[in-house]
Order: sequence, then structure tokens, then C-alpha cells
Amino acid sequence: MTEPLLGVHNVSKRFGGLLAVSEASLSVESGRITGLIGPNGAGKTTLFAIISGFLSPSDGRVVYRGRDITALPPHRLAREGIARTFQVVQPFAGLTVRENIAVGAHLHIAGRRAALAAAERTGEEVGLGSVLDRPAGGLTVAGRKRLELARALATRPSLLLLDEVLAGLTPSEIRDIVPVIRAIRDRGVTILMIEHVMQAVMSLSDHVFVLSEGRIIAEGKPAAIASDPKVIEAYLGHGAAQRYAGGAAHAH
Amino acid sequence: MKAPGYLSVVAVVAALALVPFVTSSNVILNFLVIALLIALVGQGWNVLGGYGGQYSFGHAAFFGTGAYTTAVLQVQYGINAWPGFAIGIAAGALVGAVIGFLSFRSGLKGSYFALVTLAFAEVLRIVASVAPITGAGVGTLIRLDVRFEAFQFQSRAIFYWIILALVALSLVIVRMIENSRFGARLVAVRENEDAARALGVDVMATKLGAMTISAAITAAGGCFYAQYYLFLDAGIAYGPWISVEALLAPIIGGVGTIYGPLLGALVVKTLGEAAKHVTGTAPGLDLIIYGAVLVLVVGFAPRGVAGLLERLWPRRSRAPARAEEGKSRD
Repeated sequence: MTEPLLGVHNVSKRFGGLLAVSEASLSVESGRITGLIGPNGAGKTTLFAIISGFLSPSDGRVVYRGRDITALPPHRLAREGIARTFQVVQPFAGLTVRENIAVGAHLHIAGRRAALAAAERTGEEVGLGSVLDRPAGGLTVAGRKRLELARALATRPSLLLLDEVLAGLTPSEIRDIVPVIRAIRDRGVTILMIEHVMQAVMSLSDHVFVLSEGRIIAEGKPAAIASDPKVIEAYLGHGAAQRYAGGAAHAH
Repeated sequence: MKAPGYLSVVAVVAALALVPFVTSSNVILNFLVIALLIALVGQGWNVLGGYGGQYSFGHAAFFGTGAYTTAVLQVQYGINAWPGFAIGIAAGALVGAVIGFLSFRSGLKGSYFALVTLAFAEVLRIVASVAPITGAGVGTLIRLDVRFEAFQFQSRAIFYWIILALVALSLVIVRMIENSRFGARLVAVRENEDAARALGVDVMATKLGAMTISAAITAAGGCFYAQYYLFLDAGIAYGPWISVEALLAPIIGGVGTIYGPLLGALVVKTLGEAAKHVTGTAPGLDLIIYGAVLVLVVGFAPRGVAGLLERLWPRRSRAPARAEEGKSRD
């Protein structure tokens, strides 16, 4: 009945002879955290780049709020309410944290002072309040990940695409940032997160899609996904599910 | 208006405006006119190169277009110099928009962008050196007509104040850019194009806007040059010398800082004069000194004179910056 906020329909992407994404379909329901997981090289980043407008698919379409957005460039998507973060963080290194976030805030705020003020509020929300006047280039990895979040949030998105925000963080840093992501969802921002780190995404997501070798091989609740033999095989190799099950039954 | 940073512009311009009351030496005034002209042309380059990160090697294209438009309109079409001046600026801006559109559309960045702008300027130089309308190889001479109406003045002080007014205007424009959404987006594009794009910045439109403003400011320098010297040929108007001056001043002074081009122009021109004095008649030796200074600045003061000053007197130059931030916050 309710149409998903974002729908990816049979998207394929070919790089020369390599089929990076093959007829992948997924949907993101409003108000939820949807996870997209998969082993290294599964095509997560390619699919993500297509959804966020940085790559165009060889085939298929991306639909947002019932509108085909496949051909729209990233800056137009931002105006439509879709924001993204980068896996390899991309701070405006020469600017302060506050100025970085203000670039996002300027999407809807023309005035410089108002944008800087909004940036300050967004910065405090993600826990950057104490470093607002530091140059972004001097932040720690965890700080930069938060900055990625803050900049994207400052554009006041309806849909936030998170590209491995947890990758490269220590377990304690992950523990600190998870509630921040939950709080974003609780404020009504729909989230699609791509992760390689299984554990965190499983605890955060309401719904999970699994991508392997360019195809969506499973979807469902995190708990169901974690015990899905197809998923275990995708991560650990062919036959792993059996060995795993067997090993649990009679540890030789 | 509470917008920060205009007070220093007023102070700098006011101080410079007093110079003709202190000295009536034509040598000094002439020196300062040229330095301010380079500051203006360099400020144009600074908008695109310093704030936008797009290093042009062909700002002669805009300088020459401004200069030739002003001159040719007067000489060939009998159009008054004042509207000619304005049309010259507009023509320079148009050339900037066209070159910008063509090169940014093709996604040219870094050294490729520099090379393409150089190529455009060279093409214009060659065309101007053969086209009859520019006087081809002979050049264009604006008839001497020392009247206010003809934008010609007996007194060097008047020319000095005019170029100072243009520099002042360029400083105000740059300050406005710094305090605007456009400026924030321009710097974002310089720092990281993909990140800017993801945050809703139309990179193409932003670069194009910067290029047009940049070209207009540099073209104003060309228009002034035509009225000051009353003579142009292709090598002057579109020659690589002005492209080099345009980027040297801000790089020496401080790329992407409002006073960088002015500081740089004064330093470079002072050094140039000093080098000429020291080397006497040896041809080209002053240029070697020029080059050596450029190497030293790039090597030891990557942020130019402005950055060097900040390093030498950190407290004094940082304090107003912090005060400004405070002001913009509340």
C-alpha cells in the first residue's frame, strides 16, 4: 500500500567486460534504517554510486517518491532531499568544521550567518560541538566520519545514504556513533546504509539487503539474514554454511 | 551592515588614496599606477584561481579583450571612452563565460585547464596580430584628447585615483563573495568537487560564475591600460606577460586571500624596480631575480606574503580573524 521512499529496479552496471551490479532491486521504506551488506567486491559501492547519482547505470532505474531519478546529477538529488556521505571521507580540508557543515546548510539557507548558525547546531547534534573552529583537515578518523554525517544532515535530507560510516572505526568509536545514527532516524530521516562491518549494521537496521557478486541474494530482518545459509556462504565461501552447521552440531 | 571585513578595505583604500597628497612625483605615481593595475588584474585571477582553485594561465584573453574593445570602439566606431570602458568589461566577461563554458564542460581541471586557457589567449593574440580591426601588426593608437569626457587626464594623480577606485571595487566584490553563499560554494569546489556536488553545489554553474566575475575584473584592468597608455598591439594586449603578472601577484601575495593580489603586486613591482636599479643595463638580469624570488616564495612561503605575515605576527593577524568569526556568530 505505502510506496517505498526509494526503489531500485533491476539496476545493472557494466564496466567493460565486468558486470559489477547485475539486475539488483531493493526498496527503502520511509522512516527506517535499511542496510545493504555484502562481502568485499560485491558491488556495494557501485550500486551506492548509482543511487547517489555519481554513476549512471547501464540498465534499470532508480525511483524516489514515485519519480524516476536515474539521470539526475548529485547536486539535483541533494535538492530533492537525498544526501550522502563518503566512505573515503572527503572533508574540505582547508576550512573549519563549522565552514564545512555550512556548505551543506547553504542548500536551503542563502545567508552566510544563518548558514553558519545552522552549521553550529548540526555540528553539536553529531558531537562536534567542541571542534567547530578547528580545521577539518586536523580531525581524527572518527571526527571526520562525524563531519561527513553533519554535512549531509545540514542539507536537511529526507533520505540519507551512508557509505560505510562505520568502516575504519574502533569498536568503542562505533559504540559512540551508533546512537547518533539512531537519533537521526528517530527524527524522521530515512537511512540507507552500506556496510562491510556486519555486527553494527545488524543491530542498527530494520531491514537488510545482501549483495553478493552484483546480485541481491537475500533480504529480510537482520536476525533472519544472519542465519541465512546463502548469506553465510557469500561471506565465508561455498560450503561454509554446511561446515558451520556441522561444526556446531558435532565439534570434531 | 554588520557583514565583517569591510572596515579594513576602507582603511587600506583610504591610506592609498592619500599618496598623491604626499608626493607629486610622477615616477612614484606611475609606479603605483602600474602596481595597482597588476593588483586589479591579479584580483581577477584570484577570484577564479585563489577562491575557486582553477589556475588559469590565460588571463590575457580577458585583459586583451577589455583593452581592445575600449580602444577599437573609440578608434573605429567613434564611441565615447566611458561607455567603451563598460562595454570592454562586459566583453571580457563574455569571453570568460565562453572559455569557461567550453573548458569546464569538457571537465578540464588542473594543468589541462591551465593549458587550454593559455591556448585561448594565444589564439586571440594571433588573431589580433593579423585582423585589420585591431590594426594588425601596427597596433591601435587612441587619439590624444586630454579631456574628462574622453577618459584622458593630464594629471597622473587622477589616473591613480581611478585605478585605485577600481581596485577598491574589486576588493569590495571579493569581500562580498567571501561573505556569501556563492563564495562558500566556490571554496567548497576548490577543496573537493565531489563532496561539494553531494551537498547540492552545482559545480559547473559555480565555476562558470567565478570565471565570469574573474574575467570582468581582469578586463577592467585591460580597459584602464588602453586609456592610460593609449596604445595597444597584440603582444601587449594578449601577450603571455599579462597572464603571468595576473597569477604572479596573487601567488606571491597569498592565493585566495583578499589582499594577496595587492600585496603581491606591490612586492613584485618593487622588487622589479629594485632589480633594475641593481643590475643597471644588463638585459634580462632583473627577470632572473624575479624568477628567483618566485621560486623562494613558492618554496618557503606557500601561502604567500599574507601567510608569511601571519606566521611572523601570529597574534596580531589572528586576533581580527577571530573577532570577525565572533561577530558573524551572533
